[in-house]
Parts: sequence; C-alpha cells; structure tokens
Amino acid sequence: MVVEVCGRASSAPSASHVSPSFDPRSETGIFVTHGTTSRPRLALPILGLAALVVALGALFVGPVLLSPSAVLAALRSGVGEDALIIRSLRLPRVLLAFGVGGALAACGATLQALVRNPLAEPWLLGLSGGAALGAVIGVVAGLPSGWSVSGSATLGALLAVALVYRVAAVAGRRLDPRVLLLAGVVVSSFAGAVTTALLAVSDPFTFRAATVWLFGGFAGASWESVGRFAVIATPMLAVLWWLARGLDLLSLGEETAAMLGADVDRTRRIVIVTTSILTAATVAVAGTIGFVGLVVPHALRGMVGPLHRRLLPAVFLAGGAFTVVADAVARTVVSPAELPVGVITALVGVPLFAILLRRSLG
Amino acid sequence: MKLVAERLTVHHAGVRVPAVTEVSVALHPGEVVAVVGPNGSGKSTLLRALLGLLPLSEGTVHLDGRPIASWSRRELADVVGALPQREDQSFPLTVAETVLLGRWSRLGPVAPVGSADRAAVTASLRRCDVADLAERRIDTLSGGEWQRVRVARALVASPRLLLLDEPTAALDVGHEMELFELLRRLVAEGLGVLVITHQLNLAARFADRLVLLDRGRTVAEGPPLEVLREDVVSAVFGWPVAVTTWCDGAPQVIPLRRAEAAESGRTVPPPPEDPRS
Repeated sequence: MVVEVCGRASSAPSASHVSPSFDPRSETGIFVTHGTTSRPRLALPILGLAALVVALGALFVGPVLLSPSAVLAALRSGVGEDALIIRSLRLPRVLLAFGVGGALAACGATLQALVRNPLAEPWLLGLSGGAALGAVIGVVAGLPSGWSVSGSATLGALLAVALVYRVAAVAGRRLDPRVLLLAGVVVSSFAGAVTTALLAVSDPFTFRAATVWLFGGFAGASWESVGRFAVIATPMLAVLWWLARGLDLLSLGEETAAMLGADVDRTRRIVIVTTSILTAATVAVAGTIGFVGLVVPHALRGMVGPLHRRLLPAVFLAGGAFTVVADAVARTVVSPAELPVGVITALVGVPLFAILLRRSLG
Repeated sequence: MKLVAERLTVHHAGVRVPAVTEVSVALHPGEVVAVVGPNGSGKSTLLRALLGLLPLSEGTVHLDGRPIASWSRRELADVVGALPQREDQSFPLTVAETVLLGRWSRLGPVAPVGSADRAAVTASLRRCDVADLAERRIDTLSGGEWQRVRVARALVASPRLLLLDEPTAALDVGHEMELFELLRRLVAEGLGVLVITHQLNLAARFADRLVLLDRGRTVAEGPPLEVLREDVVSAVFGWPVAVTTWCDGAPQVIPLRRAEAAESGRTVPPPPEDPRS
C-alpha cells in the first residue's frame, strides 16, 4: 500500500491552518449584506418618546371632548371640572393601562425565553386564569379588596403555573413548548370554569362587577389601584431586568446555558415566581388581558434584537403604549358604552398567534 | 488546572443500568484527549458528569483539586469552556451577540459590557476564523460556520480547559479538518481539550490520548496506537476493520466490506449484547 503524500509529510501532525479564503463554500464576501443585522441604537429612545406621545394623546380621548389647552391646564392646576376628569379619571387610567400593558409584555418576553418559543404568554400559559380564580376566591371568601385580593391572585397564578408544569413535564423528556401551551390552555379553562361556578352562586352585584372585571379593562382605575400596582410591579420588573442576561442564556437551551455558567434551575424558579406575581398584579387591578405578551415581544424582537437587556425595556414601553391605545379604542368605538380592553388585544393577538403557530409547526 | 475523574458511575433518572460505569479520565493543559465509542456508549453522559451537570452514583470529579460540586456554575464556566452536542437557535441573535453570551461567567447579571469584553469577542471570532461573520444572524450561517461560532463562544471567557461534544457532527471534510486544526492550535497555546468524536481516524491523528468507551465502560485508554487495535475496535463497534498506519505514525481504521473481511480471514464479530435491552 503506497501513500504518496507520506514522502513529503513531516513526522509530526501538521499544525498549519487552512485559511478560510480557500473555502469555496463560504457565503461571506459574496452576500455581505445578506442576513446581517444592525441593531439601531436609537430604538429605545425613540420608543420612549413614542410611548410618551401615545400616553399624552390618550388623555384627550374620552366621552367628554376636551381641548388641548384644557388638558394642559388641567395637568398644571387641579381646579375645575376638566381638571377632575383629567386628574382623577383619565390620568390614573392611562398610567394603569401603560403599567399593566408594559408588565404583561415583559412577562411575555420572559416566559418566551423560558420555554424558548415565541408563543408563550401569561394568559396562554394559564397564569392569568389562575390569578383570576385566586382573586375571585379572595372576593367570595370576603377578603377586604385591595392588597389581600392581590395576594390571593398571586397564589392562584403560582398554583396554576405549577399545575401547568406538572401536566406538561414528563420525567426525563424534553419539555415541549407546544405541550406546555396546551397544558396552559387546559388549566386556564379549568380555572375559568371554577371561577364561573363561584360567581354564579354569588350575589348578582358581585357577579356583574366581577364579570366586567374578568374581561379586562381599566374602567375601575384609580390612584389607589395605580399605587398598589406600582408597589408590586416595580420590584418585579427590576428582578426581570436583573435576570436579563440569565434569560439570554436560558433561551439557548438548558444544557448550553448550564455549560456557559448559568444556574438554570434557580433562574427558572425566579422567572416563574416573578412572572406569576407580576401577572397577578395586573389581573388584580385590570382583570385578564391576553395577547399583549405575545404581540409586543414578537414585534420588538426584530427591531431591538432578542437580547433581553434591550428587549425588556423596549417591550415594556411598547406594551404600555399598545395597551393605552387598545384602551382608548375600547372606550370610544362603541361610546358611550365600553368594550373590555381584552377584546381589542385578542382581536389583534389571535391572528398573530395563528401565524406564529403555523410557523412553529413548519 | 487539571480535571480528574475517578471511577465515575452515573445513572440516568429511573434507569437501573448505569449509563457510565467506573470510568476514570484525566485532562491536563496542553493535551487533546478524544473520547470515542459507539452510539449510546456513554460519551455525552461522561462529559456532562465531568461538568458536574449530573449526579454521580459513585466516584469523584475534581477540578484543580476541588470537588466539582463545590464549584459554582459561573466559577466553573470561567475555567472550563464547553459545547453541548445539540443546540437549537430559538431567537435570531447575531454572531457577535451569541459569542458575547459566553462572557457571562465574567460579566454576571449586571456588569456593563466593557471594551475588554468586546475585544475578547473579536479575538475569539478571529481565532476561529469567523471574524467576518460578526454581524450575521446565526440563522443564516452554514453548519460549519455555526460550529466555529459556538467554539468561539466556548473560548471567549478564556477558559483553561475545553470540553466539546461532537463539534464536527454534520460538518464536511474541510470544515471538520479546520476544526481539528483549530483544537491543535489551542492546545499549543496551553489549553487542555477533551473532544467527543466519531472520527476515529482524526482522533488518532489529532489526539494525544484516546478513551474508548463501550456500553458505559472504558475498554481501552492511552495513545492512539494502543487503543485503536483491530480486534478491540472490531468488537466494540460490531464491524470488522483493518488498522493501517498513516505516515505520521497514527493508526488509521478502515472499515471492511463483508467480502473483504471474509477474504482476509477476519471474522465479523457478533454484535455486542446490550445489557440494557
């Protein structure tokens, strides 16, 4: 057996390296721009500005038509009927819608990193349904509303997400995000059934109030609810921000994340608890609003990239603005009546969900 | 900085027969150790156990003289770079962003990305010949480019040891050779590399030592010439082979066709019985 190359080869393995310029298959250099991505640096400031404009604009929207000068005057001094409308009705309503929408979008982005699928969302994963059931149990059990109901809503959300995981996670098998979503929908339905049953046997007044609340909306917004929401949501959003790099790693997959130095189990536990508390806080003040957490991260990932240090602030701003707009639409299209804001978000979100689902199957 | 595993036994949850049984292996800086063996012989399990990612039923793993369990994941990632066999691309990061995630062990949750981190990313990309891909989205890369990007990520925190699970799976000959040449260069720079591979012939030419696993046990360990013997390789892989020698002295395994085996009087060994079945 003669191998000609041996005559000239040295006895040690060659350490010379083949330069990539010899690689005929390399696509770089030919399609230099193909698939390259630059993340616009100004995306966040622009989003912030846009969010502010939207929030200010929403102050003008309502059953009573107010002139711009009246709105601005009301913001400056609190005297008169216009000031009352702006200061104690519209301002807290816009702030609450903004905060709730931002929090839901941040929860959505976080949960999507957790299950590594753009279909995850607090409402679809059953967190919202669990929180609603928790809140209703709290109300029916006669808890004084406010903080204690927020607490029982949190418990409900945590129980729901634990149940969803129990249903979806088969020992030793990789967690299939689609099974997880199915489990979320099932747990949601169950929580919804129990909620309805509880309300059906409660007094008509509670039934009526709770039904309106369940559909999701900001009609009940007050400075008290804004404050209560802010106290819970601010630290939770800070935790998510602190988790951002861990979420980047988690979205690479459990094994890669662990090999790169992430404490996967700990990160996952913190994610679940934080998003549960945050979702419950939104449900307690605004009922169940779906799909904000689906639509907004999907739209923003292409704009600011998937890294969570930029994505989370961006989805908070965009989610806030989106929900403020949805709320403005909800209270004007059938004026003087009001649509639940969850209806608007679902009308936008469900078609997108269908598209994403098809893409994830393909 | 060395990684030493002694008499490792690892069970997968709910499985009675261990995936790895009494395997000892050591990795020192400046050497390439190749772990070879048939599918399901416990190679990946061994790698995960070496990284402290699986509970040990028996045996010990020490890194730098400390039990592996006493290292936090971040501490460990700072000195040991690793690459899992499979990795899905969930969200379309760019190459530079992907590699920067490898700096987590240095950065932690809050530290801002500094010039040292960016320099490390650039250096690591250059080391793996993917510097010109920095702004490309990872979902537009070819298989070979993606693998080199992943290796760049494993290197970006300047680890002392590198553990790679089939880094050349699905790569063509050119990219495969490039990757092994890269490993050799890294070792010349002082890294210790443990690589799982199905390429016996490349392992024989590029590795200083081989560990041959069969059904979770070490069948042979040592320099390529001592491990890649005709009878051993034939029996372990359940297929007749001839072993010849390349000009650098490395043994080369040639799988035989059935007729060739019969002609040359080599017996086809019976397929090994799997105690797990």
